[in-house]
Amino acid sequence: MPIGDWFKKQERNTARSPAVEKRIIPDGVWEKCKGCNEPLFVKELERNLKVCPKCFFHFPVSAYERIYQLTDLHSFEELWGDLIPGDPLGFAANKPYIDSLAKAKDKTGLNEAVVCGRARIDGFQVAIAVMDFGFIGGSMGSVVGEKIKRITELATREYLPLIIVCSSGGARMQEGMISLMQMAKTSAAIARHQDQGLPYISILSHPTTGGVSASFATLADIIIAEPHALIGFTGARVIEQTIRQKLPKDFQTAEFNLAHGMVDMVVNRLELKRMVARLLDYLGASGVKE
Amino acid sequence: MRRFAYDFERPLIELEEKLDAIKRTESAGKEDIAAQIAYLEKQIEKLRVRTYSNLTPWQKVQIARHPDRPRTSDYIEAIFTDFIELHGDRTFRDDLAIIGGFARLDGAKVMVIGHQKGRNTKENLLRQFGMPHPEGYRKALRLMHLANKYRLPLITFVDTPGAYPGIEAEERGQATAIAQSLAELSRLEVPVIVANIGEGGSGGALAIGFGDVMIMLENSYYSVITPEGCVSILWNGEGNPEQAASLLGLTADRLKELGIIDAIVKEPLGGAHHAPALVARDLKKELVKALKDLIKLNPKELVEKRYARLSQIGYYIENPVEAPVEK
Repeated sequence: MPIGDWFKKQERNTARSPAVEKRIIPDGVWEKCKGCNEPLFVKELERNLKVCPKCFFHFPVSAYERIYQLTDLHSFEELWGDLIPGDPLGFAANKPYIDSLAKAKDKTGLNEAVVCGRARIDGFQVAIAVMDFGFIGGSMGSVVGEKIKRITELATREYLPLIIVCSSGGARMQEGMISLMQMAKTSAAIARHQDQGLPYISILSHPTTGGVSASFATLADIIIAEPHALIGFTGARVIEQTIRQKLPKDFQTAEFNLAHGMVDMVVNRLELKRMVARLLDYLGASGVKE
Repeated sequence: MRRFAYDFERPLIELEEKLDAIKRTESAGKEDIAAQIAYLEKQIEKLRVRTYSNLTPWQKVQIARHPDRPRTSDYIEAIFTDFIELHGDRTFRDDLAIIGGFARLDGAKVMVIGHQKGRNTKENLLRQFGMPHPEGYRKALRLMHLANKYRLPLITFVDTPGAYPGIEAEERGQATAIAQSLAELSRLEVPVIVANIGEGGSGGALAIGFGDVMIMLENSYYSVITPEGCVSILWNGEGNPEQAASLLGLTADRLKELGIIDAIVKEPLGGAHHAPALVARDLKKELVKALKDLIKLNPKELVEKRYARLSQIGYYIENPVEAPVEK
């Protein structure tokens, strides 16, 4: 799907609210910043890449929004968008897995929690995968694993740098061990890309945890984290229950990970594209300068 | 002292204790008592079969966690000869939740790595119940490199509830350590054989838990998340682990059906701890057989085959005519 389509959809969504009464702030025009509580004009927020202009709080972005922000206009060509998940275990907890999938699809307009394709970043040709937290918490089941594998194999085959923007709670429970094995599958594909001497940059956005942080997300040459993003393996609640002590205030934030040597840098979203392009240049990527 | 028993084993264990008590009495030799003993023994046998023949997934998880269940070190002792343990990650410390070293399997030189639980509370505190920190995985990584360098087939034993959940584990990069281990396992140019002997808890198990041949003991489990973890996430704590265990498809049978594992080693009624030597013998047979097949492949073939095996794990629909998820 071309980026233009996505943009139209968003426009339609924001314009749908009937601004009949002037006194009432119509839904979708103003949004309260979760960082500083200031009301923000949605259009302005979008122009600012969903970063609060006042406090720099980073709002979550959907996969297509991210692609729009990070890649050159009209350069993205999506691949394997028609891969859809199955229900290998016939899983039904509080609700059937297939219902969760249908709901996620309705909510995000996506078939799964990752969008992959070829694109250009400041002219550099790349293979890119972007995860969408809105789709069942960005969790990795068969389709996410398969698409990450395929985009990595494509990058290896075509000698392309690989860019993955992560946002995931981890492996998807509803597909059981098949989900867990996707960690091994994606890591194996990344290992081959690495062994070919090709560049891989991963961008960890809020949150990157569990099976995704413990596989392809942390195997990159360069790891970039978004400000304040939650990055770690085990969830804070589980840790608290196990060790029965209070966790440090900045525990598992991007900044915590930077201080402990787990990421290369924390980069503001407004600077992200520029930084990725500068890094690609150092890593020997090729492309056509616009 | 009362013996350890799960609820579903309780009636059986109580009957066994009753029998023991009668046997200990002075009149045990008398005829009428002897008859009573024989009767009780028969009842116990019947009950044992009834208790253990059709275990639910949750009961299997419990047996996999049994405090008397043989540990990695027990299998190393029973199956291999000439084990030389190697220590440390050369960076931070020696994590006792993972052990490993050189050993011989039927005379063949191999590298062994496994999660190590303790035998008692004191030892479990040292070994953190088999839950490794990043340095444990980095020790494993070091041993994988050695195995590759000296062309030693790698045999791993999986037995962990999961990677250690703690502040320091996160500070030192639990996620990164597991990821690096996964990447390395995939590129090893030597045979990799995995034996799940108890708990296969999530990413912390997987880090040393996939290879060319995957074997599970009958009552071991391998799961994307523990049943308890699944309950707390999916039902907000209002479900029960029995249900979760059934849903997750974590038993050896189910995983063989799904094509994740290759072989299952039978256990005696009640679990491996009822006849450890027998289970070790059968597991050894499987390991030897797997190794015999794998050493026929050259390094490149091994790596390709392992990659292809991982590559095909997944359940999805491509180019759907009609999307089955839509109603």
